[in-house]
Amino acid sequence: MTDLLALDDVHVYYGPFHALRGNTLTVGEGEIVSLLGGNASGKSTTMKTILGLIKVKSGSVRFAGEDVTNASTRHRVKAGIASVPEARRVFPQMTVDENLLAGAYTRKDRVGIAEDLERMREHFPRLGERRRQEAGTLSGGEQQMLAFARALMSRPKLICMDEPTMGLAPKLVDQVLDEIVRINKDLGVAVLFVEQQAELALSIASRGYVLATGEIVLNGTSRELLDNPQIQEAYLGKATQA
Amino acid sequence: MLNTLIDGLLRGNVYALGAVGISLVFGVMNVVNFAQFSFFGLGAMLAWFFVAQEGLPFWLALPLVLAICAALGLVINISVVRPLAKFLPLAAMLSTYAVSQILDNVSQIAFGAQFRVFPKVMPTSNLHIGNMRFGTSDVVMLAITAVVMVVMSLFLKFGKIGRAIRATAQDQEAALQMGIPVGQVQHVSFVIASTLGGLAGVFIALYVGVANPTSGLDIGLTAFVAATLGGLGSLVGGVIGGFVLGILEAFGIYFFGDTSREIIIFVILIVVLILRPGGLLGKVPLISTEPLTGTFLGKGRPLRIPRWVWPAAFVVGGIVIPLVANDYVLTTGTQVLIYAVIAAGFTVTAGQSGVLALGQAGPIAIGAYTSALVTMNLHFSFWAALPVAGLSAAIIASVLASPIWGVKGHYISIATLGLGIAIVAIIQLVEPQGIYNIPVPQWFGAVLSTPVAYYLIDFGVLVVTLLVMWRIRRSHLGKVISSVGSDEVAALASGVRGRNYKALAFAISAFFAGVGGSLLAHQYTYIDPTIFTMLMSLLVVTIVIMGGVSLPYGAVVGSIILIGAMELLRFTPELRIIVYGLVLILVVRFRPGGILVRNS
Amino acid sequence: MSDVLLQVENLERHFDGLKAVDGISFTVAPGEVVSIIGPNGSGKTTTLNLVTGTIRAHGGSITLDGVRIDRADSARIAVHGIARTFQNGRVFATLSVADNIEVGLHSTLRAHRPFSRLSNLFLLRWIPLIGELFIAIVGTPASRRERKQIDAAVETEIHRFETRLGPRRDDPAYSLSYANRRRTEIARALALKPRLLVLDEPTAGMNQSETVEVLEQLLELKAEGQAILLVEHKLDLVMTVSDRIIVMDGGRIIAEGRPEDVRRDPAVIEAYLGRRRGLGGGDHA
Ligand SMILES: Nc1ncnc2c1ncn2[C@@H]1O[C@H](COP(=O)(O)OP(=O)(O)OP(=O)(O)O)[C@@H](O)[C@H]1O
Ligand SMILES: Nc1ncnc2c1ncn2[C@@H]1O[C@H](COP(=O)(O)OP(=O)(O)OP(=O)(O)O)[C@@H](O)[C@H]1O
Ligand SMILES: [Mg+2]
Ligand SMILES: [Mg+2]
Repeated sequence: MTDLLALDDVHVYYGPFHALRGNTLTVGEGEIVSLLGGNASGKSTTMKTILGLIKVKSGSVRFAGEDVTNASTRHRVKAGIASVPEARRVFPQMTVDENLLAGAYTRKDRVGIAEDLERMREHFPRLGERRRQEAGTLSGGEQQMLAFARALMSRPKLICMDEPTMGLAPKLVDQVLDEIVRINKDLGVAVLFVEQQAELALSIASRGYVLATGEIVLNGTSRELLDNPQIQEAYLGKATQA
Repeated sequence: MLNTLIDGLLRGNVYALGAVGISLVFGVMNVVNFAQFSFFGLGAMLAWFFVAQEGLPFWLALPLVLAICAALGLVINISVVRPLAKFLPLAAMLSTYAVSQILDNVSQIAFGAQFRVFPKVMPTSNLHIGNMRFGTSDVVMLAITAVVMVVMSLFLKFGKIGRAIRATAQDQEAALQMGIPVGQVQHVSFVIASTLGGLAGVFIALYVGVANPTSGLDIGLTAFVAATLGGLGSLVGGVIGGFVLGILEAFGIYFFGDTSREIIIFVILIVVLILRPGGLLGKVPLISTEPLTGTFLGKGRPLRIPRWVWPAAFVVGGIVIPLVANDYVLTTGTQVLIYAVIAAGFTVTAGQSGVLALGQAGPIAIGAYTSALVTMNLHFSFWAALPVAGLSAAIIASVLASPIWGVKGHYISIATLGLGIAIVAIIQLVEPQGIYNIPVPQWFGAVLSTPVAYYLIDFGVLVVTLLVMWRIRRSHLGKVISSVGSDEVAALASGVRGRNYKALAFAISAFFAGVGGSLLAHQYTYIDPTIFTMLMSLLVVTIVIMGGVSLPYGAVVGSIILIGAMELLRFTPELRIIVYGLVLILVVRFRPGGILVRNS
Repeated sequence: MSDVLLQVENLERHFDGLKAVDGISFTVAPGEVVSIIGPNGSGKTTTLNLVTGTIRAHGGSITLDGVRIDRADSARIAVHGIARTFQNGRVFATLSVADNIEVGLHSTLRAHRPFSRLSNLFLLRWIPLIGELFIAIVGTPASRRERKQIDAAVETEIHRFETRLGPRRDDPAYSLSYANRRRTEIARALALKPRLLVLDEPTAGMNQSETVEVLEQLLELKAEGQAILLVEHKLDLVMTVSDRIIVMDGGRIIAEGRPEDVRRDPAVIEAYLGRRRGLGGGDHA
């Protein structure tokens, strides 16, 4: 499998604060990879780095065979990276439809966009019902669906999702995870996603990385991680026994 | 009656054209852009220059003016606004103010400061309905307003770039992640806004018949009120607001006379905002969203100030300077001190309660007039008049401001702006002449009119002010007021009635503004309404922002820099304001949260 | 004390024709933990907003300990004894953690809020305001004594989350990580010593072990007799901590009962849990 995305020895700082400490991470074409880690371990920072929202101090980021370490966010999005940002970040005073169209900003094929819009409404009927509602007044979970659908609108090669299931009802969590698997299978889109519920994450990912205080401390296939006693201790914890 | 109505429509026509651009900038692009006002003046002057000086036909001059405005807008955005906007909305706002100062003054240097008669390029009274006369010029202006409104509304709603402009304004980081070229989109926004500003300026000059580089501010503010009436962000609302304001104003003047114009506008603004807090066509969200980005307050921590600084500053400011400095330095020093008092008192409103009040000149004027009147008519001593001036400013300003505390967001700033202008207008109405021979302070018969005496009085007042502000900041009350500024919804849920505390903060600030006004009055010994301008209000705002908006001692630093720098540059009056603007921009560039606040 | 703390009857709220809350009735007894679950957009947050006065109801009544509160504003309701957190987290970003908690104490203070009964009355509300200003600048012996109590109360709340919030007590809230902001918010709500604590998704954005941490804290509060109204999507937590569960869908209550019963209810499985989780017991089978 060729690497679609490759981070090599990446260091990132917020002012003096060393947020990522030499991380190496890859996502293959058509692969689902999950990123785990406790609070404030640098998961969101990794996502922002991939999207080019934060400058890399040293190390490199490659995407689809191209070195994008210093490329703009726009360039990366055009090259095929889409994002579901942390805390949703829908455009609050724009309608549901306008938010979806904003997701397709880099595309030029009007017909394709219209088709995709229709498909999103099918997959997330709530978004179809609320076309003209301002996104800021949607419920938390509805906004999360919108953020997810908006990312799909750009027909990306890789989607980076920062906690796509946060605030979703259990049934919808399953639906979103199924959807991730489906777009991965049907469209061959690679997915890198942050998920707090490690067990759920590893149930659909083929591989995973574990971050702690800015460093990747573990990585392996989902099976390996699930069997790893450290992971069971830290992330699956008592929750599975309770 | 019909005459008044038509007159109101013509007036409203002008406001409507200005309001469309303002609503676009302030409401849709979500920047408080003072430079927009300068483009009114600039557009008018450029048009005058090309038509009257160079003799170009109007239809050739117009596109030329618009092109120049567009280009200037682009340059401003690239060189100033955009580099600063990354840091803080507040920094960007302050920088637009600096830009507007520079623009106005460059334009004054280039075109001269006097009023120019604008050539009659289109007939202004060749048409009539019944016996009411109006001109081609009015019809053309109406058509332009309508076209701009429709085209821009469609563009924003359905145009790809239009949507990108809105997305960028609402959440820049998310917009980036959609692949929207945020930088370019902002350039486009600025170019559109500047062009519309210039366009409005040209037609305003046509309507008024004269033009002057700084005439933009007055009409601009009225257009701003019109845009607010209609609901910032709604272009159709802006046009309706323009006409509503024009008509009501015309009838108000018909009944109450021309001098009451500003008061009428303020009353209309307040009534509309109370009845419809988001303006006629605007919506206010039921619960404000944006939990962590809500206020305009910046993030950043105050620099840690070593303990020895306080006694050292006290000794230098209170003993060394009065001993060694010459009269010139001392006179400048008193100005610095008075503005420091006003601004330090203002930090609790602007920095803690989160209300960026834009009309502090109002309470300053109340304080000055009260102090002058009670010493002259009631024979109060200066020492008694000083607190009385503060109290009366606090009481009167609070009574006038009492309806506005339920108003939300930007609107509250605009309401306070109107409030400041209205207070000065009322004073103008009652005491148009100005007051002479205000008594100087005395101490047991000794007349204290030397620069050293003034300096020491003002220094003492400042020390007391800082102590009071420091006590408030550290107290439970101070934290409660800050919580209101940080998130009013959450404050309410904690049992904190936001309105009450905003009103209290405003009263505290008005008190110190009144005290400052009193100090000014007894030092100038002469006051009239032209002293208490919009620029004075903005100066107070820039001082607190420069020092770090919630830090009372920051206000002292801000005052030293801004008032001091203005004074240093007195030798070169033309360049003075321009340099002042540049200083502002530089400070904002390197310390966007204020000089005493570490970036974050 | 009556055996009903909060009574909600026929509560209604619509948004432009959309019935977000459509005539629901329920009660919370003193010391009881009641959870509301339901699919996204079913009206849970709206219900909490109505109960806490953040938005106004269009119909129905809300009674707290025998007092009608559906017309009161949210500050008054807080004084009556309902404290809440928000779904997206609303800390006072520019205040430190300790100061956030101190603001939460506001409505419990006496000496710092003289004449506080007048604070809701036209014009007269200036009397308490000026009183508060006087105490801020000059102070009274009673206010100085109360100051010590405030500091102690703040310490107690921080102590609840000692390992997480202890080291950050003087940092501004905006610099905290997402989960720490939520903890600050819970601490602020608890500072009010509420009769009813209302929590909207307190563990969103936390991983399992952190969720367990919150669960333990909720159980502790429950043991202290704190009544709680909870909205949460994490079922393990809901099932463990709740005495009773209310299930909403489309603005109505579709099921209500003890955790075990609700979990087996076919309507709940259909609307909310999904087949994977319904009967199994484990969170993810
Ligand atoms: N803008 C910023 N300035 C300074 N420090 C920051 C900034 N953003 C994040 N940090 C710090 O960087 C570290 C990593 O943050 P990040 O948001 O990547 O964590 P995370 O793993 O996504 O956590 P969470 O699960 O809470 O979302 C944290 O210690 C955080 O406090
Ligand atoms: N201000 C508003 N304007 C229009 N519709 C609204 C508004 N607020 C909420 N709604 C709608 O009301 C419904 C109920 O919303 P609510 O926030 O109560 O859902 P919820 O049960 O908390 O969902 P979630 O679990 O996703 O947070 C949603 O469909 C939402 O879109
Ligand atoms: Mg994160
Ligand atoms: Mg909710």
